[in-house]
Amino acid sequence: MTILVGYLPTPEGDAAVEAGLREGALRSERVVIVNSPRRGAPVDEHKIDDDASAALLARARAAGVDAEVRQPLHDDDLAETFESLVEETGGTLIVIGLRHRSLVGKFILGSEAQRILMEASVPVLTVKADR
Amino acid sequence: MDISPILDGFGIVLEPSNLIYCLIGVIVGMLIGVLPGLGPGATIAILLPITYGIGPVSAIIMLAGIFYGAQYGGTITSVLLRLPGEASSVVTVFDGFALARKGKAGTALGIAAIGSFIGGTVSILGLTLLAPIVAGFALDFGPPEYAALGVLGVLLISSIGNGNKLKAIIAAAVGLLIATVGRDTFTGAERFTFGSLNLAEGIDFIPIAMGLFGLSEILYNLEERHNQVHAPAKVGNVWPSRKDLGQAKGAIGRGSLIGFLLGVLPGGGATLSSLAAYAFEKRRAKQPERFGKGAVEGVAAPETANNAAATSSFIPLLTLGIPANATMALIFGALLIQGIQPGPQLVTEHPDVFWGVINSMYIGNILLLIMSIPMVGVFVKILRVRPAILAPITVLITLLGAYTVRNQVYDIFLVIGFGLLGYLMKKLGFEPGPLVLAFVLGPMIENSSRQSLLIFGGDPTGFFTRPISGTVLALVLVVALWPLISKAVRRKPAPVPAGPPADPPVEPPVEEKTP
Repeated sequence: MTILVGYLPTPEGDAAVEAGLREGALRSERVVIVNSPRRGAPVDEHKIDDDASAALLARARAAGVDAEVRQPLHDDDLAETFESLVEETGGTLIVIGLRHRSLVGKFILGSEAQRILMEASVPVLTVKADR
Repeated sequence: MDISPILDGFGIVLEPSNLIYCLIGVIVGMLIGVLPGLGPGATIAILLPITYGIGPVSAIIMLAGIFYGAQYGGTITSVLLRLPGEASSVVTVFDGFALARKGKAGTALGIAAIGSFIGGTVSILGLTLLAPIVAGFALDFGPPEYAALGVLGVLLISSIGNGNKLKAIIAAAVGLLIATVGRDTFTGAERFTFGSLNLAEGIDFIPIAMGLFGLSEILYNLEERHNQVHAPAKVGNVWPSRKDLGQAKGAIGRGSLIGFLLGVLPGGGATLSSLAAYAFEKRRAKQPERFGKGAVEGVAAPETANNAAATSSFIPLLTLGIPANATMALIFGALLIQGIQPGPQLVTEHPDVFWGVINSMYIGNILLLIMSIPMVGVFVKILRVRPAILAPITVLITLLGAYTVRNQVYDIFLVIGFGLLGYLMKKLGFEPGPLVLAFVLGPMIENSSRQSLLIFGGDPTGFFTRPISGTVLALVLVVALWPLISKAVRRKPAPVPAGPPADPPVEPPVEEKTP
């Protein structure tokens, strides 16, 4: 049984990891930190390098949680990536960070968080960044 | 040597408008160099229609800037992401990325930029000194010499280029065939026009170049499945230490020389020279095992050489009117569009173009040196753009550009047709370069050989009795028969040291052109 944490190198991502690790310690489950860059461009600014993922794992160790970092590529729909990871790892909970987005921005760009909320087959915990 | 036209050339370059075109050229070149997939050839092809609207000097200054700017840009991604932006930066990956992993990405980039600058500048100096001499020598050339030189050019490009020689020669033959389409200038007879008025005018260079280089490359790259996404790279201190510079000094010097020599040769160019410089540096190093693990020389030598070659490949174009590689063929085409026939008369008839372009390279190299070091981060940002967004925009620009040249929809279809042809050629392992080169040289070969036959009164032995054309034709024979000769030579002494077999036949033309 694992907890999936969506992570991007942003305050929201950090908040999600924080909550995910707390939840992992509470339920004593493994935590899989998902950092999924989008397929296509040679460089994705949201992909974390080896140093950053080592830092995340150190944070998990400090919290006393067994964790790993996965970086699968996603195409148009991030929710699908999460769904397949839930199946693969036997996920029980998805933790993601939320950010504020205006109506127009949501209309044009869509909201990946919303899609994950609607499509996930397991409970989703959403957190906000510290203000 | 008369210095005043050179100084006038500087005057032309320093005009604000030309400075801006030079800056645009090198910035576009850098961006294109950073982007894997889209190379300087494709970019120049796509931008050919733009050169219609601006003067010849500005146009060629900009296109040249794209060409040598791309050599700088290709380095950046090689070093930071192990992702060569250009073919000429492929070898830089080995040591450049190794240095980056040691946290010395800045050192590698700094060395590459300094090496590129020195290589480029050495080459421009060589160009400045050598070009007028070669051009003066070539002034004695008549039609028979040009015919022979054209044949030699096509043959060398098809036989030295990377890949399958037979396929290159087939591509060149197709290029020659396409060059004959249209109304014959001598007799007015229509050839391969199938009664079409559009074909009677012949096939224009622009749609061919835009299709074969621009569209086909975009199509080909779209097919690639991107299974690797990199994290953004950090660039640390950019200035190389004095120790690194000392280590790279020799490699930069030798790289300049190798690049300059190989750039002049037809079929040589930036890619070949960077490979040669790297191999040479590795062979003469005291500890060759350092290479591939972050040797500074392994970055300095190829990067210096590819810039030197990019510059020196202008020599045969500006002096003899023979493009040394596919990109030069595009610049050749750009000059023709402007109504300027590249060749030995260029120095005397259009000194503004000749010296303007050469001197713009000094300025361009300085601009690149200034830009490349502090602005690496900015250029790398373009890699975040997905090809799915970039490709449609590029195709739109290409087709729009093709249309604006003559306002004919027919040209758009030509571009699409040649784009598909180029795509299929790439899929089947044919290079479009020899086709375009043969197409460009085709009319020159045909017209000059027919003129010479008129001069000789229909006697083809005349080609062999004139000293220069005879020598060139002898070289043609050597190049054509070289594979057979080398095979025969290799059979006798069994263990032959593995040297690049392309080197020996390459050397004679250098002596030929620089007497």
